[in-house]
Amino acid sequence: MSILVYTEHSSGVFRKSTFEALSYACAVSSLTGGKVVAAVLGDPGAEAMNMLGKYGAEKVLHASGDSYKNFSSTVYPATVADMAKAESAKVVIIPATFTGKGFAPRVAARLKAAYVDGIVSLPDTANGFKVRKNAFSGKAFADVNVLSDVKVLGVVPNSYKLEEKSVAAEVVTFSQSSSEGKSETVTETVKSTDKVSLPEAELVVSAGRGMKGPENWGMIEELAEQLGAATACSKPVSDAHWRPHSEHVGQTGISISPNLYIAIGISGAIQHLAGVSSSKTIVVINKDAEAPFFKAADYGIVGDAFEVVPRLLESVKKYKAANG
Amino acid sequence: MKILVCISNVPDTTTKITFNSEQTEFNTSGVQFVINPYDEIALTRAIEITEKDGGTVTVLHVGEASADPTIRKALAMGAHDAIRVNAAPRDAWFVANQISNVANGAGYDLILMGRESIDHNGSQMAALVGELMNIPSISICKSLTLEGNKATVDREIEGGKEVAIVETPFIASASEGMAEPRIPNMRGIMSARTKPLNVVEAVAVDTLSEIISYDTPKGRGQVTLVEADNTDKLVELLHTEAKVI
Ligand SMILES: Cc1cc2nc3c(=O)[nH]c(=O)nc-3n(C[C@H](O)[C@H](O)[C@H](O)COP(=O)(O)OP(=O)(O)OC[C@H]3O[C@@H](n4cnc5c(N)ncnc54)[C@H](O)[C@@H]3O)c2cc1C
Ligand SMILES: Nc1ncnc2c1ncn2[C@@H]1O[C@H](COP(=O)(O)O)[C@@H](O)[C@H]1O
Repeated sequence: MSILVYTEHSSGVFRKSTFEALSYACAVSSLTGGKVVAAVLGDPGAEAMNMLGKYGAEKVLHASGDSYKNFSSTVYPATVADMAKAESAKVVIIPATFTGKGFAPRVAARLKAAYVDGIVSLPDTANGFKVRKNAFSGKAFADVNVLSDVKVLGVVPNSYKLEEKSVAAEVVTFSQSSSEGKSETVTETVKSTDKVSLPEAELVVSAGRGMKGPENWGMIEELAEQLGAATACSKPVSDAHWRPHSEHVGQTGISISPNLYIAIGISGAIQHLAGVSSSKTIVVINKDAEAPFFKAADYGIVGDAFEVVPRLLESVKKYKAANG
Repeated sequence: MKILVCISNVPDTTTKITFNSEQTEFNTSGVQFVINPYDEIALTRAIEITEKDGGTVTVLHVGEASADPTIRKALAMGAHDAIRVNAAPRDAWFVANQISNVANGAGYDLILMGRESIDHNGSQMAALVGELMNIPSISICKSLTLEGNKATVDREIEGGKEVAIVETPFIASASEGMAEPRIPNMRGIMSARTKPLNVVEAVAVDTLSEIISYDTPKGRGQVTLVEADNTDKLVELLHTEAKVI
C-alpha cells in the first residue's frame, strides 16, 4: 500500500505546490500508514528529483521520454493511474494547479475513485475518510466522506505548510503500458509572467476600479515587486481589459488563500470576497470609509490610493533596507 | 457541427450562503437560481460557432424539474433544444455517468462545459466525461476556434497559457475569455417556450462520495485602522503582529 503524489515541474524545477503535496502525503501516511511515492512524468533532471526526498518521498517513480514533454489530457492520467495500480496506492494526491485539476479527474475515473478538488484540510480517518473542501466559491466549506476504495485528492496550493523530512528517495524507472486514444497536440507554451503564479503566491497585491485606468498600475506592480508578491485584480478591471483575465480573483475568477492580500481601490463586493476571504491577513486601502471591504479586513487605511500607495512603497523599501 | 453544452443550476452570485440548523443542507428559500456563469460562457461560444458554421446546440442538465426555468433561459440564449436527466445529482461521478450515457453514440462533435460550478466547485466534470468517453478534454480553456474538424485551443497554465490543436470530438471546459456571455433578447425568450425539452430517466451509478455537512468561514475580528500618513506603522504591524512579511 502507498500514497502516490503527482509532481509538477517546469524547466527542471518542481512547483512549491508539489512539495506541499508531499508534506501533506507524509501527514496522511502517519494517519493511514503507507509509503510516500512521488510520480515524475518527463525529465526534470536527477538533481531536481533528489529534492523530492527532502519533503518525504521514499520512492520516485520516473516515467521518462518524449511522450511527457508536453501535457496530454489522455497520456498523463493513463500513466499516473498505471503508477497508482502498480504501487497499490490507496490515496493519490494531485496538487490543484490548473494542470493538476485538468487531469486528476481522469486518473480518478480510471481507478473508479472519487476525486475531491479544493481540499483545505488533512483527512479525518476516525470514522471513514472525511476531507474538508472549499464550496460555494469560498463562501463555505463542505465536509465530504470519500466512499471509494481509492481516493484522489486535489490539495489547494498554500493550504498546507511545507515540512522538511530529508529522506533518501530511491528513483525507479517506470515504463507505461496503457495504450491511448487520440490526444491534443501542444503547439506552443506562452509565458505571460515569470513571477510566482497567483494561486501559489504567498503575498498578493490586488487593485480594483479605484485605480481609474490601466495607466496607473505602475505603482501596484512596483509595490508587488518590492514585496515579492503576485498581482491580482477585481472582475471589472479584467473585463475592461485593464489587466489580463488570469489576474481576476473572486467567485467567478481565481480563488486564492495567500498569507497576505492587499486590496487597493476594491469595494469588497460579495463575489470578490468569496475568492479571497480565506487569505490569512487582509489589508484594505480605500478612500471610502464605508467600503464593505473594511468589514472583512484585518488592517485598513482610509485614504486615496494615489497618495497612500507611493507612501507605502517607501515604507516597504525602508523596512527592507533595515531588515535585509 | 453538433454541440452539447452541459449546464449546472446554481445560486445567483449575490446569494448569502446559509444552511439548515444541522448544517447538512443549503437553504434554498428565497434564493434565485441561474445558469452557472462559466456555463454561460460555454453556451455563448457554442451558439457563436453554430451561427458561423451551422449546426445545433443542445443543452443538457442533470437535475430535477425545479431547474427547468434555468434550462429555458439557456434555450432563450439560443440553444436549439434541451435534455434533462431527471434525477437529483448525488456526486460528480453520478452526473458524469449520466452525461456520458446521453452523449455516447449521439454524434456530438464538441461537448462544452464550465471550468467549475460555483456551488460545488467540483472542477472535474469535463475531465471525468472525457475519460468515460475516451476523448481528449481541454480543461480551463480560454479560447476555442474551429476550422473544419480541427480546433485551436488555449489552456490556462500557471503564469501563462498552452496552445494546442485538437480534433473533434473532444470536450472543453470554458473559462473567462472564451466568449462574452449573451443576454437573451425578447425573441429568444418567446421562442424558448416552444423549443423541445426532453426529459430522460437516469441510469444507475454507484455513489463514490457524499457531502456530510457544511460550515461557513469564521468571521474576522474588528479591523485595525492605520492613519493614511503612517504607512510605516502598517508595515510594522504586518511584520510584528501579523507576521506575514
Ligand atoms: C455574476 C457576477 C460574478 C461576479 N464575480 C466577481 C468576481 O469573481 N470577482 C470580482 O472582483 N467581482 C465580481 N463581480 C463584480 C462585483 O459584483 C463588483 O462589481 C466588483 O467586485 C467591483 O469591483 P471594484 O471593487 O474594483 O469596483 P467598485 O465596486 O467600483 O469599487 C471601487 C472602489 O474603489 C474605491 N476608490 C475609488 N477611488 C479611489 C482612490 N483614489 N483611492 C482609494 N480607493 C478608491 C471606491 O471607494 C470603491 O470602494 C461579479 C458580478 C457578477 C454579477
Ligand atoms: N448537474 C449537472 N448537469 C449538467 N452539467 C453539469 C452538472 N453539474 C455540473 N455540470 C457541468 O460541469 C461543469 C463543472 O462542474 P463541477 O465539476 O461541479 O465544478 C459545470 O460548469 C457544468 O458545465
